This record gives sequence, structure tokens and C-alpha cells, in this order.
Amino acid sequence: MKALVWHGKEDIRCDTVSDPAIEHPRDAIIRVTSCAICGSDLHLFHNLIPAMLPGDIMGHETMGEVVEVGSAASDQLKKGERVVIPFTIWCGECSQCRNGNHSLCERSNRKKELADKMFGHATGGLFGYTHLTGGYPGGQAEYLRVPFADTTHIKVPDGIPDEKVLLLSDILPTGWQAAQQCDIEPGDTVAVWGCGPVGQMAVRSAILLGAEQVVAIDFLPERLSMAAAAGAITIDFKQESVLARLNDLTEGKGPQKCIDAVGTESHVSLAHPDSLYDRAKQMMLLENDRPHVLREMIYACRPAGTISIVGVYTGLVDKIPLGLAMNKGLTWRMAQAHVPRWTDDLLRRIEAEEIDPSFVITHRAPLEQGPEMYRLFRNKQDSCVKVVLHP
Amino acid sequence: MNSMTRFADIARSGGDPEVVETGPTSLTAADRIARGLGWFSLVLGTVELAAPGTLARMLGLQGKEALLRAYGAREVMAGIPTLSMDKRVGLASRLAGDVIDIATLLPALGRGNPKRGNALLALAVVGAVTTLDCIALSGTANDRSRGRVRDYSDRSGLPRGVSASRGLARRAPA
Repeated sequence: MKALVWHGKEDIRCDTVSDPAIEHPRDAIIRVTSCAICGSDLHLFHNLIPAMLPGDIMGHETMGEVVEVGSAASDQLKKGERVVIPFTIWCGECSQCRNGNHSLCERSNRKKELADKMFGHATGGLFGYTHLTGGYPGGQAEYLRVPFADTTHIKVPDGIPDEKVLLLSDILPTGWQAAQQCDIEPGDTVAVWGCGPVGQMAVRSAILLGAEQVVAIDFLPERLSMAAAAGAITIDFKQESVLARLNDLTEGKGPQKCIDAVGTESHVSLAHPDSLYDRAKQMMLLENDRPHVLREMIYACRPAGTISIVGVYTGLVDKIPLGLAMNKGLTWRMAQAHVPRWTDDLLRRIEAEEIDPSFVITHRAPLEQGPEMYRLFRNKQDSCVKVVLHP
Repeated sequence: MNSMTRFADIARSGGDPEVVETGPTSLTAADRIARGLGWFSLVLGTVELAAPGTLARMLGLQGKEALLRAYGAREVMAGIPTLSMDKRVGLASRLAGDVIDIATLLPALGRGNPKRGNALLALAVVGAVTTLDCIALSGTANDRSRGRVRDYSDRSGLPRGVSASRGLARRAPA
């Protein structure tokens, strides 16, 4: 089959690889009908996250049709059913899964010993996202083996097009969780740093959850226009001071809720000397992440406010003003999205036409064009916000 | 399939798909040139830092060992960003370094220099490398040009409209 395969920094290839097969009774094989490139795939593209190996198949936003089912999954899945495959793999039986912390499943990470050493305690298995999270082949391919398939799937009705449900696999529940972590109250101002795909979903989630003001921060005009379309007040950080504008919008008090939808790769700019410092350290392997957004959020957030982090961080960060955070009494909430915690509700909201996540898709291409679409997305060319690939 | 991929298969789980045949890559020609130049910078810089005396004797630049060592540090500092995702910074820095190298080598072409031939060879190498730096820099600059900027103000993603959607998830479950 064809698959997009990681071969090193900035080197993704559309290779021919051997077909996956059922390995465990709880497995299923799906024929992929649509898959997407995620912003966090770019961290792998840039080789910022350790433990990728040449030959690893990319992709964790995937949906398709069930073509083969293991004996222990046959009660839950049937051949021919349409399923969205969440980026998190969960067993449904361990204590974390039972508590709804599905991305922290205790049984799905098959490289647990390695992850225990790196993280102290392993997190759950993820598709196409390094050997620290199980080294599972990803879904930017013609076929995908789904481990724990009896639980790791979202069934979707036939009548809904792929594009309306595909993003249940990651960015919609991630943006939704970002807003949920804020415990939004009427009257709240929610500031969202980053208007990439997850930021766009967080903006809509905050609106649906009743925020009085949603402020979207970025510098790319096409992304700001997309955030404004959902009612967000926009701040172009290259044109105006983020802190001054946030204070203007909140009577000098700052936003109660701040969402980080940027993560490890904050924009590097002369206007933000700390971002230059981070980039220089990152280049010399002295720091993993560029946490400019995190610093700005801690400074901007109203005392007793909440910081919600869904942008991916990879390791060690430097110069975080923890003293400010502690003295301001900020609440920090963060996680990889616990996808199934939210997807029943979100699928109902899609069916009820409360939200249509396909608005974010700007580019569509065959799987074979995946390598060039990675470049286009990374370079933000042609106003690219989200790429969907069709095998 | 390259040897690294084959080697990495050892760490993969048994049933996982393996690469049978490689296809088109996301790497451009400019990326490959930049990568080569980055490693060249690191190797040359290390040699200049470690053995400036030998290099000075070879080029007939005796007495300029400290200068060669400084150039070595410069090469290493240019090589690191050239190998990073900010390769344009590294390549621009390398290009500036090329100009300095040429300016340093030109006086060594005088008839009084017994190692004039070596200096001429070094100048030719710097000239060739400068050309590669120019090609790589222009290639990566073209790669990053953004093209048209689109207006997405018609993409709300909220089929009921913004006003009707605000707080919808608080009022009643879907």
C-alpha cells in the first residue's frame, strides 16, 4: 500500500509499504477514505520530538471503512462500517480509561518501558506519533491497523460526508477540551493564542460554551479572518501589543481564561527577543520548546484565571515565570485530548448543525501529493490552514 | 529503501508495515544543498579551530592563525542554523562569510607568496561554495514565499450563526 513515511527532518516520502494485518483479536483493519495533516505533525516534520525512526508511517487524523475485524472486536465492529479513528488508542478497561482520561490509557502504549523512563509514567498509545507513545504506524496511508479497535473508534452514520466528521479524530475534541478546561462562565473573556486548526476549533468551542468575548491572537491575515468569522475579536501581534489590547478589552484586568493553541513552535520574531533566545537554544539542543506564548499568557492572564494548554510541548522549557503564575493564583490545565470523553456529544452537535468543522479545511489532495502538502502547510503557502488527503 | 530505514526496522514491532520502495520526498534540491553546506561548515570550522597552524602553512597565511581560528568559530556558528529549520539564517550567514573569506584570500594571490597555487585553489573552492550558497539561499527563499492571501471571513463553522450559537452548548444538550 501507499503511505506517507518519515525518513528524517523535513523528509516525508510517499512510499510503498507492506500491508498491515490483524495481530491481536482486538484489532481491526480499516481502508482509509480521508486523513488529515495535523499541526503537530509539523513538530515531527521538524524533528523536534525525539524517538521517531526512519520508516515510521505518519498520521493521526484518519477515518475509513472497516475491512477486517479481529475475533474479540467483532461484537463492536462490522465490516463495511464507517469509523473515525481518534488519535488516542484506549483500552477502555484500565483505571485511567474508566476515569475518562483516555489519552493516558495504561495499557495501549506498547513501548511502556521507554516511556516510563522518559515521562516517569507512560502515557497512552497514539497513532503515528513517535516510539514514546507506542510507535504505532499512522493513518496517512491506504490502510490502518487499529489496536484495541473494539473501543478505539467512533462510528459515524452514512449520511454525513467525511469532511464533517473526520476532525473528530483530533482537532475538534482538542479545541473543545481547551475550552472545557477553562470552565467558561457567562461574562468571561477567553483569549486564544494561535489561529491554526486547533485554535479555530477552540474559538468556536468558547463561543458555543458561552464566552462573552473571544479574542484570537495570530499574525496571518487569512487565519485571523477565519477566527473573526466565528465572532472572535482579533489581535495581529505584529501590528499591535497583545498585552495592551487585551487590557483594553477587559477594563485593564486581563482575560479570565487563556488558551495556548500554539505549543512548542512559537513564532520567532525580532519583536519578541525571548523567541530569538529560545530558537538559538533550540538549535543547539539546549532547549526543546519555544514557550513565548506560555510566558505571555502567564503575564496577560487575570489573577485567579485559568491557563489551558492544548498546544503540544515536547520537553524542557526555559525562563517560565512560575513566580508570576504562583502569586497570581493561576490554574493550569493541560492534556492531550481525551477524545472519546467528548466525541459522542460533538457528533450529536455536528448532526444537529450546531457546528460544522469542515470550515477549516482549505486544501484537498491525493495521498501521493502528501510530501508537497507537508511543505505547503509548513510554509503556510496559499493561505493553507488544513489539508485533507484522500488515498 | 536506505540503510537507516532498514536498521530502524529492528526497533519496530514485528507486524508493522515496512518500506518496500521509497517514493517522492518533501525535501527539495535546495534543502539537500543546504544540508551538505551545513555539514561542510561544521567540518571546515572544526578544522580551522583545531589546526589553524597547519592550514596557515598550507595557504601561505602564516601569522594569521588567530584569524583562521576566528573563522572556524564563524563557520561552526553558521553551520548550526544551516542544518536547522531556519536554514536561510545559516545560509545568509555563510554567504557573508564567503565574502570575508574571499577578501582574506585575495592578498595571498600576490606573486611573493610561494603558496600562491594553494591560495588560488582555495579561492576557487570558496567561489564554488559561494555559488552553492546562492543557489540554496534563493531556493529556500522561493520555497517560503506565501503566494496569495485568502479571506476566510465566510467560514464561521457555526451553521446557526454567531449570535444564535453563543452559549448554545450551555443552554441545552444537543
